[in-house]
Amino acid sequence: MAIGVKVMKRPTRQTSYLRATLKGMALTFSHLLRPKVTMQYPEEKSSKDWTLSSRWRGTHRMLTDEQGRAKCVACGLCPQICPANCIKLVPGEDEEGHRYPLIYEIDEFRCIFCGYCQEVCPEEAIHVGVHYENSEYSRDRFVYDLERLCAQTHPVSTLWDPSDPRGE
Amino acid sequence: MTFFLVASAIKVFIVFNLIMVGVALLTLLERRVCAWMQDRLGPNRVGPQGLLQPAADGLKNFLKEETSPAMADKTLFTLAPIVSFVPALLTFAVIPFASPLPTRWGTVDMVVADLPIGFLYILAISSLGVYGIVLAGWASNNKYALLGGLRASAQMISYEIALGMSTVAVLLLAGNVTLTRVIAQQQHAHAWFIIPLTLAFVIFFISALAETNRLPFDLPEAEGELIAGYHTEYSAMKFSMFYIAEYSNMVTASALMATLFFGGWDVPFTRWDSTGDPTPIKTLVTFISFGLKTFVFLFTFIWVRWTLPRFRYDQLMALGWKVLLPLTLFYITILAVAIWFFRSQLGWDYGPGMAWALGGINVALLVALVWWLDRGRIVSGSVAQETA
Repeated sequence: MAIGVKVMKRPTRQTSYLRATLKGMALTFSHLLRPKVTMQYPEEKSSKDWTLSSRWRGTHRMLTDEQGRAKCVACGLCPQICPANCIKLVPGEDEEGHRYPLIYEIDEFRCIFCGYCQEVCPEEAIHVGVHYENSEYSRDRFVYDLERLCAQTHPVSTLWDPSDPRGE
Repeated sequence: MTFFLVASAIKVFIVFNLIMVGVALLTLLERRVCAWMQDRLGPNRVGPQGLLQPAADGLKNFLKEETSPAMADKTLFTLAPIVSFVPALLTFAVIPFASPLPTRWGTVDMVVADLPIGFLYILAISSLGVYGIVLAGWASNNKYALLGGLRASAQMISYEIALGMSTVAVLLLAGNVTLTRVIAQQQHAHAWFIIPLTLAFVIFFISALAETNRLPFDLPEAEGELIAGYHTEYSAMKFSMFYIAEYSNMVTASALMATLFFGGWDVPFTRWDSTGDPTPIKTLVTFISFGLKTFVFLFTFIWVRWTLPRFRYDQLMALGWKVLLPLTLFYITILAVAIWFFRSQLGWDYGPGMAWALGGINVALLVALVWWLDRGRIVSGSVAQETA
């Protein structure tokens, strides 16, 4: 028997449900007066009992350096590791030999939000974000390009760390 | 004559609208109370505290598509919601809802039709409601709907007997079926019929739950087993009419309980409302009093619905035929003897003394009944074999 399962003893003789009925009526009435658990969603997005986890893996965000350029060095690790094959990366190189992405697109429809791209990134450039309101009016808006990834402002996910499994 | 006609027309208009608005608000109350009992908030978006939600629902039902099953009997299919809708609204006509209102042309009784046959009329009309449900079930040409209709007819006929029998107790005491007289008697004696007829009220309440097809007796609908029972095939306004019929039946049943057992529009602990000349203030206060009493029962209906699970079909029938029917017959016998004894042998009239004496008998019977029920002798649930 699994831990914490309460096994009720069934009545073997005929029983009346009179007391049970009265008890039930008292219970429902007491619940009538208790504080409600509903969160009024669009106005209220987190409460003291419930906030979005900092490990939440939502839509991506590309971090930028001081000049506002994407930190990405187009090493190609994220499209390599991506299990859903949703990252499109075309690398480029400037005259000083710095590599940068010519095209960097993430198809959020294909993405399975595993967070491998963030884990594998040597420059801590691409991140999955703590964010869930992603509705758009057309499907093609779900392919996020580099400009859009850099423009996102939501907090980034702190992924699960094997050396600190409880997030302390 | 003209005065009577005009006054009646105005009363019909007001009562009809009050019931329709009341039913609309009741659907909202049902949903919000249900939500509160489940620690939720319920619909609160349309209008302040969701007060306009019924209007939105109504609009939705007007705009929805009217579906009509290909194999359905078209005439009966259309007729059924009307047949269940009309009696539900008709029954309220004989219930007095306030003290008489004086006007320049004469005093107006605050009841649509002060019929001498009073609640016999209610019993007659409310039993017509079952036709609507059975016709709906049959005309839909759907197995689930038919089963719902069959259950409804069996259930409503069974519990009508207990319902009628429990009102016989009121008849015995009041000696009259006119509801205005029943109320007047309770006022003059300064003792509501709940005191001398407690057990009759309990039986009436249980039967009323069954008659209005409310949980724990909602077998005709039984969404778990029969999808939605008799109104499975209905959509849009036709469905809405069944819905309104159910809720207005609830309003009528609650109003009837308030009238028969709780003094109708009588304001408790005062003689001010029933003596002296009628005034508009009295009409207003008594109307509020009647409204509050009715509301308490409506709330209880909702409260019971969101607490209790549904009866099994054989339990339902057993409760109706094996418990309530013998119980009411036994009760009426005892009550008749007691009333005969008090009236003929002791020469009492109905007043507080007689009320409390009968109340004592009722309490004794009620204690015996509860003890018996609690010992599991009457209503019993399913029994599982104990596994070793």
